[in-house]
Amino acid sequence: MEQVIQLEKVNKWFDDFHVLKDIDLTVTKGQKIVVCGPSGSGKSTMIRCINRLEAHQKGQIVVHGTELTNDLKNIDMIRKNVGMVFQQFNLFPHLSVIDNITLAPIWVKKLPKKEAENIAMTYLEKVKIPEQAQKYPGQLSGGQQQRVAIARSLAMNPDIMLFDEPTSALDPEMIKEVLDVMIQLAEEGMTMLVVTHEMGFAKTVADQMIFMDEGRIVEQATPDEFFNNPKSDRTKLFLSQILNH
Amino acid sequence: MTPNTSPYLSPNKMLNWSKKNLFSSWVNTIMTVIALIFLYEVGTFFLNWAIFKADFINNFRGETITDRTFCSKNIEVGQHGACWAIIFVRFHQFMYGFYPVEEAWRVNLVYAFLPFALIGVLFDKLPLRRVFLYFTFAFPFIAYFMLYGGPGLSVVATNKWGGLLVTLFLGVTGIAMAFPLSILLALGRRSNMPIVKSICVVFIEFIRGVPLITLLFTANVMLPLFLPEGVKPDNLLRALVAVTLFQSAYMAEAIRGGLQAIPKGQIEAAQSLGLNYWQTTRKIILPQALKIAIPPIVNTCIGLFKDTSLVLIIGLFDLLGIGRAALSDITWTKLYYEVYVFVSLIFFIFCFGMSRYSLYLEKKLKTDNS
Repeated sequence: MEQVIQLEKVNKWFDDFHVLKDIDLTVTKGQKIVVCGPSGSGKSTMIRCINRLEAHQKGQIVVHGTELTNDLKNIDMIRKNVGMVFQQFNLFPHLSVIDNITLAPIWVKKLPKKEAENIAMTYLEKVKIPEQAQKYPGQLSGGQQQRVAIARSLAMNPDIMLFDEPTSALDPEMIKEVLDVMIQLAEEGMTMLVVTHEMGFAKTVADQMIFMDEGRIVEQATPDEFFNNPKSDRTKLFLSQILNH
Repeated sequence: MTPNTSPYLSPNKMLNWSKKNLFSSWVNTIMTVIALIFLYEVGTFFLNWAIFKADFINNFRGETITDRTFCSKNIEVGQHGACWAIIFVRFHQFMYGFYPVEEAWRVNLVYAFLPFALIGVLFDKLPLRRVFLYFTFAFPFIAYFMLYGGPGLSVVATNKWGGLLVTLFLGVTGIAMAFPLSILLALGRRSNMPIVKSICVVFIEFIRGVPLITLLFTANVMLPLFLPEGVKPDNLLRALVAVTLFQSAYMAEAIRGGLQAIPKGQIEAAQSLGLNYWQTTRKIILPQALKIAIPPIVNTCIGLFKDTSLVLIIGLFDLLGIGRAALSDITWTKLYYEVYVFVSLIFFIFCFGMSRYSLYLEKKLKTDNS
């Protein structure tokens, strides 16, 4: 299998706080990995290192054969191919939905406006809200906003998608519409790294489960193994808390 | 928009409104009546003074007023209002300073075209906006040529400029030149590059820590030291440099306030899409930061527009300076109220205009439902 992301002995500190400790991870093409763990365990930081929103201090991160260093050219190249969806959506409030989506294709990929708009509409249809194209983000519900954010990432035609707790800021009744889009994306073969506590989603979609605690990967297994036969006590405790509430 | 206000004002509605807001209780009614009496007294006094009992060109005997002794109020003391003749007689000076009378059409032409240069910048939905913007970029050169002169036009040195011309020149040019500079300063102050950052911090703090008067004096004395020998920049240019630097420092701080209000997630989202620093700044950060910073930016612009009167101390005659010069003229002396009211009115028109425009902008740029 083609390896698209490799993390080797990755370490990161926020001042004195050691957030990532010797993280090793390999992602192959088309793989769906769900990362879970208690807050402060470094799961968000880990995926944010993959598109260099955070810089790691030790170890090696290689995406598509390009190592992430301070070299801005490499960073830009990797960001073009790696989409990211945030917990707080982070749509641009001063731009309409369609302008949010066409911004990067026009300015980064230098596509003509018309073509970018066609692409944007395709993805808006995919996330099932083409009728909202002319509205502003502030006029949409949380679930709609997050779907626009997914469409915005997809419009750059990335081959890896990172999701940083995409449903954590949503009202419960809106979670499903976002997860449905993500499941559809998974079925189409997208390589996905998802930080989430939606265990139902994890069971449906994940090839691999990762459990992190205190900056380390404590357990990595297939969903079947992970949920039915967790190895470490820490994972068992976490699962019992998250599944039995 | 509040949903329960209909755009139509019916008499019935007004009655209801005043019942609810002006006469809801005894105390409220008394306050309303006192306020109305006060407004009536002040209003009639002022209108009588400024319009109904005032002289404009002729006095009450029908004579043309040529100096203060012809003013009605100086003939029948206590019977008459303002004597606006000073404004009419010296109108040229108020508008153009000591600009030659036969060349004043050049200034008028610039005044007439100024709105066309501004309109493209101010209103983005304008038809043919692109054409207007081209004109905006050409305008400074056209204006300079028209005002100062050159091939085909006689040269009018800037020491002949004065009145509203100097006020507008310093105000408009100062604000226009300070705006891009202040954006760079504000961005520089938040830069990760230590040298750029410290230069911006030192510049902003230094300029803000010094009164404008000091800067004007400094520019007047120091600027020649930085220029090659023999090149003598004129006073107006020196004042413009001082005013621009002063304004850019204040505006930079206003813009920095806007920059700080942008959530970090906005920058991260832009970066994760592959936008570089300048694209992120131009497309994501500045549009939002400037929108937030509109009120403080306009505040500094209004402040600067009025502060241009300080150029009086380095020997330039702005609108207020011309007014004071008129008062010190022995034939017109003691007409303080007329001059100061007139000068205030002109300043007010421009400052109020800026204030209303900022409200319009805020409303237009609002994109959420709140």
